Formats: sequence, structure tokens, C-alpha cells
Amino acid sequence: MTSTPAMIETDKLSVSVPSGRWLPFGKTPTLDILVEVSIALRVGEIVCMVGESGSGKTTFGRALVGLVKPSAGRIALDGVALPDFTSRSFRRVRSQSALLFQDPVTSFNPRQRIGSIIAEPRHITHAGSTKREDIVGLARKAGLAEQFLSRFPHALSGGQARRAAVARALSVVPRLIIADEPTAGLDVSVQGGVLNLFLDIRDEFRTTFLVITHNLSVARHIADRIVILYLGRVVESGPAEEIFRNPQHPYTKALLDSEPVPDPAHRREEPPVIGEVPSLAARPKGCEFHTRCRFAQDRCRTEAPIKTDVSPDHQVACHFPLAATKAASIPNLRLVSR
Amino acid sequence: MSAATGAATSISADAVSPVLEMKGLSVCYSGLVPAVAGVDFKVNPGEVVGVIGESGSGKSTLAHAVLGLLPKSANVTGERFVLDGHDMLTAGRDDYAALRGPAAAMVFQNPMTAFSPLHTLGRQLTDLLWRDRHQSAAEKRERIIAVLSQVGLPDPASKLDAYPFQFSGGMLQRVAIAAALLMRPSLLIADEPTTALDVTMEAQILHLMRELRKTSGVAILMISHHLGVIAEICDRVAVMYAGRVVEEGTVREIFANPRHPYTRALFACEPALIESGVSRLPVILGEVPRPGGCGCSFAGRCSLVEERCHCDSPPWVGVADRAEPHFSRCHRSAP
Repeated sequence: MTSTPAMIETDKLSVSVPSGRWLPFGKTPTLDILVEVSIALRVGEIVCMVGESGSGKTTFGRALVGLVKPSAGRIALDGVALPDFTSRSFRRVRSQSALLFQDPVTSFNPRQRIGSIIAEPRHITHAGSTKREDIVGLARKAGLAEQFLSRFPHALSGGQARRAAVARALSVVPRLIIADEPTAGLDVSVQGGVLNLFLDIRDEFRTTFLVITHNLSVARHIADRIVILYLGRVVESGPAEEIFRNPQHPYTKALLDSEPVPDPAHRREEPPVIGEVPSLAARPKGCEFHTRCRFAQDRCRTEAPIKTDVSPDHQVACHFPLAATKAASIPNLRLVSR
Repeated sequence: MSAATGAATSISADAVSPVLEMKGLSVCYSGLVPAVAGVDFKVNPGEVVGVIGESGSGKSTLAHAVLGLLPKSANVTGERFVLDGHDMLTAGRDDYAALRGPAAAMVFQNPMTAFSPLHTLGRQLTDLLWRDRHQSAAEKRERIIAVLSQVGLPDPASKLDAYPFQFSGGMLQRVAIAAALLMRPSLLIADEPTTALDVTMEAQILHLMRELRKTSGVAILMISHHLGVIAEICDRVAVMYAGRVVEEGTVREIFANPRHPYTRALFACEPALIESGVSRLPVILGEVPRPGGCGCSFAGRCSLVEERCHCDSPPWVGVADRAEPHFSRCHRSAP
């Protein structure tokens, strides 16, 4: 996989917003939503970005296409860096990418029919035909039957709306699809269909995916690589299979263990991590996870950890990464045999 | 409690009788559209019962029926519907109002919309105690602080003057649980209480609910579409499909030995139960049909469907060879 070229990559991408408290002199204080995130999305790869709410995962997806303006860092498309972060520069990224928003229904115009919603990107970009039979073909590719094209968005179920959003995204044959919580609010009986669709699109068009999710069991099935964010920083990233088998960061471990196991014989005695994500306005000193980490030591409270390589493709930012043996002794996301 | 007694007709109040009992309960909207069709269901004191099913299966309608939160167009009928010793089939608006709180209280899915944004939490929680006129403001304050510390809210006294927006979702859900427990209900209904929360917070809220059940002995009716949540805290589980309970039993039994094809399909779709490396995730094709109609409601999506499934309603039978209680509504599980 390492030999595959990066489709889009970020280098120390940061996003800061003014925090609202205006001071008469000196600099306006800012909130750092994303701090120096460096990720490469390779061609045809599905990368899952995982973290609690407030970790900046949605902001990263939006910053990639310029919906949120980055404050520092670099974005490179096919190895060529964007000269600046103006809307004009992002046009190059946007023409090749599609965004699937968290709530598909609210991302549709309620007074437009599904067929015309799906055709709209083609109307705008003059890329591809907007003939009815071609739009039907697009919808069918996303698993949406022809009868739904004449409906309005409110008349679709959650799964159908999600498919309509995918059909709209496919209409311009994007090279990059950014999917924000694609399975949120879907029943388990249909979420598999949406995820299978992603895998099919990837196989057919070699599309690159950035899937933003907080559901680790979803990530486990579709991700090639996983990036774990905490307070806007990447704390661990690596191949999905390795992250699940051998998590190095205590936060990754806590996330994996928090997922409830559908087996009444394996109930947890204690929650794996207690407390909440600290406020961005008052970031903890040292390692930002030390306030909730059960392995925290004095060094964690004073010194920020730097990223180290566990294996060539697996990085972790922790002073005391969980050794392979220690991680194995704590029960992980167990598979129930039946 | 005093306001509630005598409000609705008292039926029986001995210790062993269930907190909630439904027999043949149906809910119809506008007299035409059934949402729940003939449900038999029971929650014993101190028990945690889970209701699981897809959206549209009627699980929320069932919960809302218990508290009388259904819209006016809904029509509740049945043979027996008893909540905490009170007959709810004959209960009027005032009876429901009197039972909400002392008999049953509810925790909703989204804690952010469960509170008024205009008033402090202290004010909103005090308002819930309007029935206790004999208590002074200071006594009520003490009571509220006690419940808030019971749900693990740090420094509760200082939180009384705070507004909901100053809290995170997880903290507000704790306050919502405290609000529900304030009237010491016999039954706590939790409608997808962790769906809007992060996994880390979900684990903490589930832990809290388990502790509360241990310390206060409250019975919990847990509604969820997440198998992991049900496995984590429930004693018994009912699987709902198209307005009917299709399978019921102890949680260990149902998870170890699901009998109904729908339950099996649901388990097959659960991503946490699928081995990694599976290239295609399973789905249940088709949609949940409208409740009612003849035959088995799952017949249209069932992989084991037979001719009789389309015309005869399947019987509700016990799964005979099991030690723990286990019932299923399927022709194939009938002897």
C-alpha cells in the first residue's frame, strides 16, 4: 500500500477560530480546533477518522475541501500543494471530491425532487449527461430504485436518503468522497448496505474515502487505515487491522473497550474511561489525555509526547505506549463465537 | 405518591405484582393505522427489560403509551394495561398526569432538547416537585442535590444555577436521569438514552443505570436498537417487529440461542459480531411492513419463509428444551 501515491495529503494542517472573548489590546484569543494534522489519503484507500465529539474530525473533513478555512499548514493534491487557502485554490480539490453530510435529508433542498437533486452537480459542472435514463442509472448504482426519483426528500427513509446522497456524490465521478458519519441514525439492518456500497464504489472507480465516524465496529469492517483524533490532534494512526489487534495509545484502547459487546456473558464491571473531553479553551498541559488516562505518570503531565513509529505505517503519540503484551492481557473488542 | 393513589382505579398493590403489565395492547393512530398490535409485556419490580427492534417496529410508541404521551389521535385498546397497580385503560388525562413521576418516568434520547433553555436546571428540577407542597424550598433543594450526586454529577450544589447549554450531552443526560428519579418512580423508561452520546459516555451512562438499579431498586424499561447496549444491562429482552413482540426471553438465552428468524437476522447484521475481513456486510432486504395484516409480518423478508407464513398468524410458543424462559412467534419454532 505504501507505494500507492497519495491522492491528497495534509501537512501540519491547523484550524483556529476566534474564541469570542474580545480584548481591547493584544491578540484576540483563538480556539485551536485542529492542531498540526498530517495525513496522507492514498488513491483507492478508505481511511476512517475516529474520535469523540469535539475531537475535530468533522472540521478536518470540511477543511480538506475548504468549507472551513485552515489557519496554517499545507494541503497537497496529487503532490502539488495548494498555493493558498482561498476559495479559488480549493476549486481544484472540490471539482474532484464529494461530501456526504451527516444528515442527508437536511443537505437536500426540500422543494426539489430526488432526481433533480442527483442531476444537479452535472448541471453545474456540465460533466456528464443529465438525461433521465442516465440519472436512473446513477441512482441504481447507489441502490436506489427508479420510483424514488420523483419523490421529495422528506418521503425517503433514512437509508434511502443516504443512498440518494451517494448517487448525487457519484454524479461527477469524484476521486475523493468525504463521508461524515455515514451510518448515524441507520438501523443495523440497512447500514451494512451503505457500507457495502462504499466498498463497491472503491473497487469500481478506485475512489479514495475519508469516513468520519465514532462507531469503531463500522471502522473495523471498511477501513484500510484508521486515524484517532483527540482534541484536534492525531494521537494514533495506522493500518486498521493493526490498530484493532495492537492499539498503542491508551485512548485508542479506551475507545475500543467502550464499544458495548453484544454478549451478556461479557459485561464490563467498570467503564473503560471516565470523565469527559476537556474543553478546547483549557487544554491540559503535557499529554492532553493525561486527565483521563489510567496509566498517566508525572512525565505525561508536563511534557507533550511526540509522534513515534511503532511500525513503518503505524504512529503513536504517547510517552508510554501500551506494549503488545500489555494490550493483549486486557480484553479487547471480543468476538463472540456462535 | 399520595396524589396518585385513588387517581386511577387501584387493582392490586402487593409486592410481587409486576410494575407494568400489558395484555393484548394495541395502539392505533386515527383509528386506522396500527403502530402496536396486540403486545403482551411485563416488567417486574427491580427488573431491567430491553425492547429491541428497527425503526418503525413500534418500540417508542409502546413506551410513550405507558406514560400517556401519545398524540390525541392515538387510540389505546387491550385486555389489560396496568402500571404500578393502576388500570391505565380507564385512566383519563388527570390520572396519567398524577402517575407521571411517582409511577413511571422517562429519559429521552436527546438530552439537549429535554430541558428548557431559558431556565436554570435548579428551577426546572424544583418545578418537578410541585406536588410536594408540604416541603419547603430548602428541603426540595436538599432532595435535588442528593439525587444529582447519586447520578454522579460533580459538585451538584453549584450546578443548580447553571443553564442547560453550559453542560455537555453526557452531563445533561445524567441530569435527565436525576430528574426522572426525583419522584422515586417504580419504573424508569429509557428511550434510546445513549444514542446521542459518544461511546465513552455511553459506557459511563450504562454503568450509572446499572448502579442505580442496584441502589434504588428501580425497574428499567430500556428501548434501544443497539444490541450491545441491551446485552450490557438487561435481564430480559423483547424483540419487536412491526408492532408485535416476536421473541422474548432472558437476555442470556436470547443472545445465546435466538430462535426467531428476525432476531437471527438482526444478530447477523450487528457489525460487532461479524468477523473482520468479511468483504460484504449482511443486510435485511426490504422494509418493515405496516403492523397488522394477516400471516407473519416478517414473511416478506424471511429467508426461511413457507407457504403457511403468508396466511396463518404464527403462534406464540415457548421454546421447550431451554432451562430459562424463552418464547418465539414463529411457525417453525412451534412443535
